Amino acid sequence: MLQITCPWCGPRNETEFSFGGESHIIRPVRPESISDRDWSDYQFLRENPKGTHYERWQHRFGCRQWINVARDTLSHEIYSVYPMGDPKPVFDRKEALL
Amino acid sequence: MSHYSFFNLAKKALGGHKNWAPAWRRATPQKHYDVVIIGGGGHGLATAYYLATKYGVGNVAVLEKGWVGGGNTGRNTQVVRSNYFYPESAAFYDHSLKLYESLSRELNFNLMLSQRGHLSLAHSEHEMEIMRRNVNAISLNGIDARELSPAEIKKRVPLINLNARYPVLGGFVQPRGGIARHDAVAWGLARGAYNAGVDIIENCALTGFDISGGRVTGVQTSKGAISAGSVGVAVAGHSSEVARMADLKLPITSMSLQAMVTEPIKPVLDTAVISPTIHMYVSQSDRGEIVLGGGADVYNSYAQRGGMRTIEDNVAALLELFPRFSRLKLMRQWAGVVDISPDTSPILGKTPIDNLYINCGWGTGGFKAIPAGGDTMAYTIAHKTVHPLINAFDLQRFERGALIDESAASGVAH
Repeated sequence: MLQITCPWCGPRNETEFSFGGESHIIRPVRPESISDRDWSDYQFLRENPKGTHYERWQHRFGCRQWINVARDTLSHEIYSVYPMGDPKPVFDRKEALL
Repeated sequence: MSHYSFFNLAKKALGGHKNWAPAWRRATPQKHYDVVIIGGGGHGLATAYYLATKYGVGNVAVLEKGWVGGGNTGRNTQVVRSNYFYPESAAFYDHSLKLYESLSRELNFNLMLSQRGHLSLAHSEHEMEIMRRNVNAISLNGIDARELSPAEIKKRVPLINLNARYPVLGGFVQPRGGIARHDAVAWGLARGAYNAGVDIIENCALTGFDISGGRVTGVQTSKGAISAGSVGVAVAGHSSEVARMADLKLPITSMSLQAMVTEPIKPVLDTAVISPTIHMYVSQSDRGEIVLGGGADVYNSYAQRGGMRTIEDNVAALLELFPRFSRLKLMRQWAGVVDISPDTSPILGKTPIDNLYINCGWGTGGFKAIPAGGDTMAYTIAHKTVHPLINAFDLQRFERGALIDESAASGVAH
């Protein structure tokens, strides 16, 4: 069970949250002017790393706010919870795992 | 190799079973292979097996980072079926089931295929309507499917609680569906491939691809460089990581899918039961364990363990339908890393890099597809032409918008 520290509500169980997939994906400004390939890349291609993953969660059964979480997909350790719209925090993965 | 037969069993028994030949021998990699398969799970082994036996490509190696069948092939709930909605899926998965039906004899290895029926439940009027539509579609696809009333379900599965929180209003069965012994599938295919001359190289991790001029020419591994005419990748949950080595990005999300077994008991359940609504599937293994599973842990994960939240959900769902199982102890629980595609249909065939082929995107349903995945990929690699059965499952379908959305269509959890 993950424990995610909501910036507004504090540490809460995973069961209060719903997962929103990879974060920092920017919707093309003018979808009608880009190629099918670029649109498909935007819609479907994902980093899916074994390691630090930047992802969205919603505190669905709490304050209902969306948050960004940097989490390791192998150890499940949460490195950082940060607001939507903030840039990706940079981690040296080796350091973070120490 | 030793042929497995009653006569041989009796003969070797007299010698105390001391002189059986290994089912396959450990190989050290040669410098070059016509085809290198990455991944010694069911799909990788089946591809190698069919390449060597059916398509005449004998110089093949299978590279496995761990041990044969140690990934999802040995971690699933053994269900085989072909009750799919879309014609493309139905044709592919029924090809797979048909191959399974003759594979034990062909491999001289008992896969313990038990076509005990695969029963899907419906819990609301709306589900009943969708289910009837599915049964019609499946029948039109030429696959066996029959609707059952609650009374027929009760007769077939006496332990079921029809008046659960989500009452059972009906269901449908695919009589040819059932279960097969998952480890045996890996071992039988490894033995078959080995006997056909395939090198099976375990404890050999891929570290990179040799790519020049948009064409793959070999692989780098923890046991050195190997040059290859073609490379096939069948690594399930690690597909994105392997593809990244070739600078490819895939529409794949890796998640943990759990399964668990109870202590073994006498036979009480002689069919495979699935409820899409409460997302639970259960069968009883030949050893007597109740094998159950459900949905994946819904966040990206490469951890082969899974979380308590899903265990609770799975067990709660099981006990709603089978209250008597509440007295059983869970013996073991584990997880596999599944590669979920946007439409929950597999991605098979060519990649933008010449001679590099991919087999991924099975999500939670790759086991049943092992023979067909192997056969069609072997055909595709041997002929450098995509097998007709997997034309629609190409990586480019996402650009075309030609998704095969089985998750939405079939009403069965994958």
